[in-house]
Amino acid sequence: MLKDKINAVFDETACGHNQAKSLKDRKKGCTKVATPGAAAGGCAFDGAKIALQPIVDAAHLVHGPIACEGNSWDNRSALSSGSRLYRTGFTTDLNEMDVVYGGEKHLFKAIRQIRERFDPPAIFLYQTCVPAIIGDDIEAVAKAATEKFGLPVIPVNAPGFVGGKNLGNKLAGEALLDHVIGTMEPETTTPTDLNIIGEYNLSGELWQVKPLLDRLGIRVSACISGDARYREVASSHRARAAMLVCSKAMINIARKMEERYGIPWFEGSFYGISDMSASLRNIAGLLVRRGAPSDLPERTEALIASEEKEAWAAIDRFRPGLSGKRALLITGGVKSWSVVSALMEAGLVVVGTSVKKSTKEDKERIAELMGEDAHMIDTMTPREMYRMLKEAEADILMAGGRSQFVALKAKVPFLDVNQERRFAFAGYKGMVTLVSEIHRTITNPIFRSLREPAPWDPGCRVTPLV
Amino acid sequence: MKTQTDAHQENRNLPGDFVSVNPLKMSAPLGGALFFLGLDRSLPVFHGSQGCTSFALVLLGRHFKESIPLQTTAMSEVTTILGGGENIQAAILKILEKGTPDVIGLCSTGLTETKGEDIVGEIALFRKKHPEHAGIPVVAVSTPDFRGSHEDGFRDAMVRTIEELGEPSPAIVPNQVNVLAGSHLTVADLDHLREILESFGLDPIFLPDLSRSLDGIVPETFEPVSMGGTTLPEIQRMGASAQTIVLGESLRAAGEALLKKCGVPFVVVDRLMGMIAFDRFLVTLRHLTGRDYPPRLKRERNRLSDAMLDAHFYVGGLRIAAGLEPDALHDMVHFLEENGAEVVVAVTTTDSPLNAHMGRERAEIGDLGLLERRAGERGARLLVTHSHGRQGAQRLGVPLFRTGFPIFDRLGAPHRLQIGYRGAMETLFRFANMVWSRDPENGPETWYPEEGRHEAETHSGNPDMEFVPVRFEGVSALNPATGRNP
Repeated sequence: MLKDKINAVFDETACGHNQAKSLKDRKKGCTKVATPGAAAGGCAFDGAKIALQPIVDAAHLVHGPIACEGNSWDNRSALSSGSRLYRTGFTTDLNEMDVVYGGEKHLFKAIRQIRERFDPPAIFLYQTCVPAIIGDDIEAVAKAATEKFGLPVIPVNAPGFVGGKNLGNKLAGEALLDHVIGTMEPETTTPTDLNIIGEYNLSGELWQVKPLLDRLGIRVSACISGDARYREVASSHRARAAMLVCSKAMINIARKMEERYGIPWFEGSFYGISDMSASLRNIAGLLVRRGAPSDLPERTEALIASEEKEAWAAIDRFRPGLSGKRALLITGGVKSWSVVSALMEAGLVVVGTSVKKSTKEDKERIAELMGEDAHMIDTMTPREMYRMLKEAEADILMAGGRSQFVALKAKVPFLDVNQERRFAFAGYKGMVTLVSEIHRTITNPIFRSLREPAPWDPGCRVTPLV
Repeated sequence: MKTQTDAHQENRNLPGDFVSVNPLKMSAPLGGALFFLGLDRSLPVFHGSQGCTSFALVLLGRHFKESIPLQTTAMSEVTTILGGGENIQAAILKILEKGTPDVIGLCSTGLTETKGEDIVGEIALFRKKHPEHAGIPVVAVSTPDFRGSHEDGFRDAMVRTIEELGEPSPAIVPNQVNVLAGSHLTVADLDHLREILESFGLDPIFLPDLSRSLDGIVPETFEPVSMGGTTLPEIQRMGASAQTIVLGESLRAAGEALLKKCGVPFVVVDRLMGMIAFDRFLVTLRHLTGRDYPPRLKRERNRLSDAMLDAHFYVGGLRIAAGLEPDALHDMVHFLEENGAEVVVAVTTTDSPLNAHMGRERAEIGDLGLLERRAGERGARLLVTHSHGRQGAQRLGVPLFRTGFPIFDRLGAPHRLQIGYRGAMETLFRFANMVWSRDPENGPETWYPEEGRHEAETHSGNPDMEFVPVRFEGVSALNPATGRNP
């Protein structure tokens, strides 16, 4: 059953990558089998948890031995404007006896305890490898618990061994489609109700965007799943339009909601000034088609003009310190070209950018921006990255947390632009933060002193005091 | 040519600044007492009213959490007018009645200096009158409260001690070095320095040595004198050293005194914090000894490199307001700027040639009131000063990094290592953690406040706390009555 689900998820008709494939390749799905000895990514459970945990008022219960939750909880900066329950780590912490006799009863009792002690509006129940292998049927337990307690208990069947993080994201989306979306009705609806899909509010990035939507009178009926409430997600099927935020992770939600409820959607990004503006335009356009006030595009243009002006002026201040500095951008899921254009505007030279998840059009735009000799990187080993940095081919590395120590050990400035980052980089304000953070790190004097030889190294220029 | 007074006037921040608001500085006699407390079996005595002594005693006790041997000549109204010579003699006799300290350090105070007491002369009179006590060294130092700060008093006591007790030596002991240790160095700093000097094959004599006297010993018996520190024979042997290492620009005069009296050459090391300064110190030691660098230091330098990389995310660009005595300030400011912080205001207590070289800024002589005002004007995000900065930090809503003297509201200040690669690493971590624990958690109104509907939520509960724990609200958000989510 899970296998069917996985195949269905991979045969994503709305996915650009998938459409480009031959029929035969399409059947194989897009799973990249992790290479033993050279894998560094997360598992499907990880991906599923990432995708759903930002539903802040729900309890997220992990059914498995301690590693799955114990080693990973509270490791991401998805923020909440209210309930903190989502940050509470719940796990059944399976022991040997559970493995031998089965963990279903244990799981059921855990659900009851959470209900008694925390009374959440819903419980998400995550399957992991060990109970999947011994045959714990979390779907049956969830069903029984839902009936017994009158509380939605949603099984998320994405044990780690089925694949990588991206697959987990998609399976989480399936869980929402099967068990959550459309199960409640909203209290009110407006002609400007918008769903934002695939935005997790990391470091509060949703709040770099949402106030602008507020200003335009656009109501975010549900963000799936950043700073979301269970009720919002459950009643999100009444929205007029949807925006799918960059990553391909939750494309199944967008497509199926269109099929089931007729909600039109587009894919956009909040990273980079031009992308942000394009996204606002698209949102306004879609909503007007669905009955929003006809002056919305006009007001949107006025807002874009003033926000862009302010942002470019702010970025311009950093130009003197950044002019001619070379940046290497390895950003994973983020669409690169739009960030590239902002960096170039700040005077930086982008010496290379990752295109692992970019589409053909994305690559064309990058080539357009960076010129013919644009260094597009598909995959880069840490060793190659270290070499590039060590040989001073770049002044700063912008990448995910895992690459941080590659850069730092090469004594090259680094900026975390992935999920564990400390700063929010979305929208107009976020791009200004990004540039100011680059400036802050690139101008730090430690990099110069660290490259000086130690007293015992040849070439040490320190003279004794006399 | 500018006189010192002119320079001082220039340093005075505002012409109308007649009131010191929340003093940064402590008095010179207190510095003198601190010096004498680093000598073994010594007893500092203040020539002044008993209040002079009591305040210093209480403050030293609050910082070191030790019982502080400190005596007074207990001047009264009458003795102040008639002359305090008798009180000095009476105090010394009383002290000798109770025990026999190896050194008595007599510091004058504002009261007796204003009256014009000649304490050196009084000691000469005492010697004449009581030849039976000729063997007891008494060092008299002029430390008027109205001149300089505790860094100055510390130095003056050291100069006078060298002048009185130093002995020229015909022979030189090759590996023996004198270390004149400034008042800004902690017990942990001194221990670390001793190990490093020894690993270069040197045999150091520290003057003074607070690492052996105010390091938290729990003695078997009670003695009304300092227990541990530089011994009298050690001081007398300093003349035979091959070299003097002066730690702190403020002590240059003490190095000169030792050169004059015993002919020992000296080198002034003005900074010991951070990679650049300590590199230079080690290069100097190698130059002096010809010995190779101890392998342990290579490892420690590597660790510091890594700590600098890890900490720069937090310390880089951090706007800091710092207020300390000149030597400590100079060291701290350079250390911070080396790590990418911006010292936006540097306030100090007393004249020093270093004041013109405090990183990008020159130091202003002033008080905590000035520091607080400037910190507010220039948007400092962190205050670096002693414990008295806590009220200002609270008013500014920024964290306080406690360093210097006195630290009376935290334990362990004397055991904080600040110098060397290891001290730099530990200090960097403290700074970074302080910033990290204050990282605001973004809220819906962070970027567009006018659209926000919720109160800002930050991790910083109590601004006076050094490490603010991250709030955990999963459970505490429950309704206490029902045990349920509200």
